[in-house]
Amino acid sequence: MIESHLSLFIVVLPLLAAPVVAVLPGARLAWALSTLTSWIVFVFACWQLINVIAGGVVSYEMGGWAPPWGIEYRIDTANALVALIVTAIAAVTLPYALQSVISEIPEKQHSLFYAAFLLCLTGLLGITQTGDIFNLFVFLEISSLSSYALISLGKKRQALTAAYQYLIMGTIGATFFLIGVGLLYAMTGTLNMADLSQRLPALFEHRTIHTAFAFIMVGFALKLALFPLHLWLPNAYTYAPSVVTVFLAATATKVAVYVMLRIIFSVFGFSMIASTPTDELFLLLCVIGILMASFYAIYQKDSKRLLAYSSVAQIGYMMLGIGFGSMLGLTATLVHLFNHALMKGALFMAIGALVYRVSSSRLENFAGLGKQMPWTFAAIVIGGLSLIGVPGTAGFISKWYLVLAAIEKQNWFIVIVILLGSLLAVIYVWKLVEVMYFKCSSEQDQPASQATLVKEAPLMLLIPTWVLVLANIYFGFSTELTVGVAQQAVSSLIPGAHE
Amino acid sequence: MELILGHYNYWLVIIIMMTGFYTVISRGNLIKKIVGLNIFQVSVFLLYISIGNVKDGAAPILEEGVSIYSNPLPHVLILTAIVVGVATTALGLALVVRIKEAYGTIEEEDIHKQDQSL
Repeated sequence: MIESHLSLFIVVLPLLAAPVVAVLPGARLAWALSTLTSWIVFVFACWQLINVIAGGVVSYEMGGWAPPWGIEYRIDTANALVALIVTAIAAVTLPYALQSVISEIPEKQHSLFYAAFLLCLTGLLGITQTGDIFNLFVFLEISSLSSYALISLGKKRQALTAAYQYLIMGTIGATFFLIGVGLLYAMTGTLNMADLSQRLPALFEHRTIHTAFAFIMVGFALKLALFPLHLWLPNAYTYAPSVVTVFLAATATKVAVYVMLRIIFSVFGFSMIASTPTDELFLLLCVIGILMASFYAIYQKDSKRLLAYSSVAQIGYMMLGIGFGSMLGLTATLVHLFNHALMKGALFMAIGALVYRVSSSRLENFAGLGKQMPWTFAAIVIGGLSLIGVPGTAGFISKWYLVLAAIEKQNWFIVIVILLGSLLAVIYVWKLVEVMYFKCSSEQDQPASQATLVKEAPLMLLIPTWVLVLANIYFGFSTELTVGVAQQAVSSLIPGAHE
Repeated sequence: MELILGHYNYWLVIIIMMTGFYTVISRGNLIKKIVGLNIFQVSVFLLYISIGNVKDGAAPILEEGVSIYSNPLPHVLILTAIVVGVATTALGLALVVRIKEAYGTIEEEDIHKQDQSL
């Protein structure tokens, strides 16, 4: 019974749990139920991925209405993989949340916080599961609205303006997407993605289709913070509560990248973007984005903002793969999607643990913490190495495939940009390490007065962090799950690809 | 002339859309930005509704002697989008209230100045 409705349960469970959690008295109860929900959904997502790998595409008819009239959930390896990433991060983040949330959010808002968190999870999972383009818009807004609320819960008042700024930009992005969908519907009369991909090729010359394509691309470029549409991201990540930053950094932009992949390759087909200057534009924006955002990251004085800019650069890497449009490029995109979720999750969790102890994310307050919080510090070092792309970490695998894809296209300029981006990453990761390890905690002759007070982060924060850190190392050596599944996902995205 | 009159609904949509979009970008007052956002969204609603109209089509209610109906699906879609729009507006206004409490102003420039002076 469960198996036949598996795709539905993954979306509906957190949706049903959210209102229950909202009315539960007491933070612990709300936390326990949310964590339980996220774990069940994680198991379901694993189950779904195994099913899809073994048995091919799963089509679920919502309410028994046959597609293309009814809403269809269409699961192939690509969505199953992204759903797995989202649920895995949620399942690791929620245990971490308990103590971090207690220290950062007022007590009476805890139940509502977990409810909003579950709604955000619902929205993100819904985006990955659905095969209906309008349904995708609705889930997009569910996840966006709840993430605006989550960001605004940050301690500082700038969190409010950051959330407001994101709300304006996000709504413009979503509305652009809606315009695009409307134009597609006007031309084809269908909203089902599989159906659209059948009807669109005949209409490619039509200017309305080009307009629709442009609106959808710009709308989602806003959502995934592609340079230069990334302006909302640094503030949102910096001022949001630590848990929210971990979750959004590791999932929200990844899901937006997935939508981009789905729309470009499954709905329009790559010939659409190859016949317009879109792919060159993507490559150009990515190159500028990688370099500029990495430079910005070097000059930041706040650790969360530093990592946020690094996220903008990493999104550039993911979009590079889409710009190449080759099998290898897409594999690199999907692998990096997975690995970046792991490394940014680990890094933001470690920063969150520091914030838990010193209640500030500014670099100068981290001075000397490396010796007092060795485990957290080690997590930052390993996460940082993965971000740079040192062999033996997950980051190396994705950079490797990206460079291979660039070499395959004979695009030496991009190869150089990728390597340069890694060098810049060395600099900004080093900044974190330097402050924590080589700077003394107090430079004004107050030896160890403040320093002895800082203890190692509690286990409840360390264990989830280290789960992700170890995953970084594990996926640096074993590429079967990441690369193997990604390759299968790519062949499901590009139906006719044989290369 | 045909281009303008024949597609008057699209021209209207474009005008409203750009009015709203310009308001969002150009105004510094947070409430005015949300008003602009609403106008911007409404133009999209109109776009959907106008493409659902079928020439000489009757209202989509099953009735004898009527064979051409307007397409009801865009209307249904837009009902959903209106709900989403209302939720966005509500959340946006709630944020503005909180910003007013925290900063004492809802002018973008003043807020920016206060953040810089810290």
